Amino acid sequence: MRVALVDGGGTNIGSVSYALERLGATSRLTADPADILAADRVILPGVGAAGAGMRRLRELGLVDTLAQVQAPLLGVCLGMQLLFERSAEDGGVATLGLVPGEVVGIPGGQGVRVPHMGWNALTGLADDPLLAGIEDGDRAYFVHSYAAAPSAHTLARTVHGEPWTAVVRSGLRWGAQFHPERSASVGARLLRNFLVEVDR
Amino acid sequence: MTLARRIIPCLDVREGRVVKGTRFRDHRDMGDIVELAERYAREGADELVFYDITASPEGRGVDVDWVERVARAIDIPFCVAGGIRSVDTARAVLHAGADKVSVNTPATQRPALVGELADAFGVQCVVVGVDSLRDADGQWRIRQFTGSPEATRALPTTTLDWVREVVGLGAGEVVLNCMGSDGVRDGYDVEQLTAVRSLCPVPLVASGGAGAPQHFVDVFREADVDGALAATVFHDGSIPIPSLKRTLADAGIEVRS
Repeated sequence: MRVALVDGGGTNIGSVSYALERLGATSRLTADPADILAADRVILPGVGAAGAGMRRLRELGLVDTLAQVQAPLLGVCLGMQLLFERSAEDGGVATLGLVPGEVVGIPGGQGVRVPHMGWNALTGLADDPLLAGIEDGDRAYFVHSYAAAPSAHTLARTVHGEPWTAVVRSGLRWGAQFHPERSASVGARLLRNFLVEVDR
Repeated sequence: MTLARRIIPCLDVREGRVVKGTRFRDHRDMGDIVELAERYAREGADELVFYDITASPEGRGVDVDWVERVARAIDIPFCVAGGIRSVDTARAVLHAGADKVSVNTPATQRPALVGELADAFGVQCVVVGVDSLRDADGQWRIRQFTGSPEATRALPTTTLDWVREVVGLGAGEVVLNCMGSDGVRDGYDVEQLTAVRSLCPVPLVASGGAGAPQHFVDVFREADVDGALAATVFHDGSIPIPSLKRTLADAGIEVRS
């Protein structure tokens, strides 16, 4: 299986590739459109801000490429946020528009710290191959200040002040707001599902 | 169910090995960094902090080889502290696989560093470590160069002002090391942590003073911190993490089991 890890400049690229290695999968870090379109799986990692993330994808000429991907695509953290249509970060940024919805700032408040950082519970899990073997209440590691409100495309939620989308899907495009590469067995299961379950 | 409180073992690293001892002398080798990191991950630690004690005092950068070895091996987040003085060093450490970098003395020397790191990597990667001690006039003030008693310098900045400042500059998390309780194993400094909590909108991690499971219960319940960091009680096995998690859960504190 050819797994393309899109080199969008995020700092978690190494961690994602190591997590795939722990599952026995090898991935190819690439910004080459031909590589990405030839892959059996495409992962868009990302850490940082939406404005810089989109700028980098545009500079690399990957905005159209990502829209053309027919294989299962997984966005992680900022990578998931970029799949939506718009992000409020950096004064408002048009993003890839591959999943309906928009990303907004998480309001802080009494007992609600921003960034949302740490192990939070996944709730309201939909029946989806990406979540096979993951149970309601299982915890995953989140670290982010922006998020998408739950919608019809939400596969799992997490509550931080209000409910937020933890996992999303539109067609063969999935996104995880948390970091599967740093979410112990829950994260490993999600990545394994992405490699072997989602196109069964 | 909501966000869990974090239990964070801190490991001192010297030349790629985990060591124990006073920070500058009498280092006892505790073992291979990857083996210890894996053990803590397996036992249910929520996150790890590696403090590179070679890098900081000797003015060297962090040797990223061990950072990469740890990143390959473990599947929980970790932070690297010590020796990070610039965006370039931070980038090397983050690209090697660390999830966060922590700056302490370099931020006191040049506070703009905090903002530069936040701009380059996002606030979620930027931790500011604060070493704090109560002075004779009753005010908590920050210290720098705390690696050795001889080098430690007191600064006129109060801890509360400093925390406000670094959060404004872009700290995504604050680790407050209460030096008065550090090493005493008599409990976290709940009073000081509560005072800092009241003005700290980002995650706050307590450090210094853990000696018994009840100390963790107290600091989460009374000071409302997001995480509690400790070293000795985890390294010497006196508080096993699985039983600590059970104690916290029994006390009604949300933890990852």
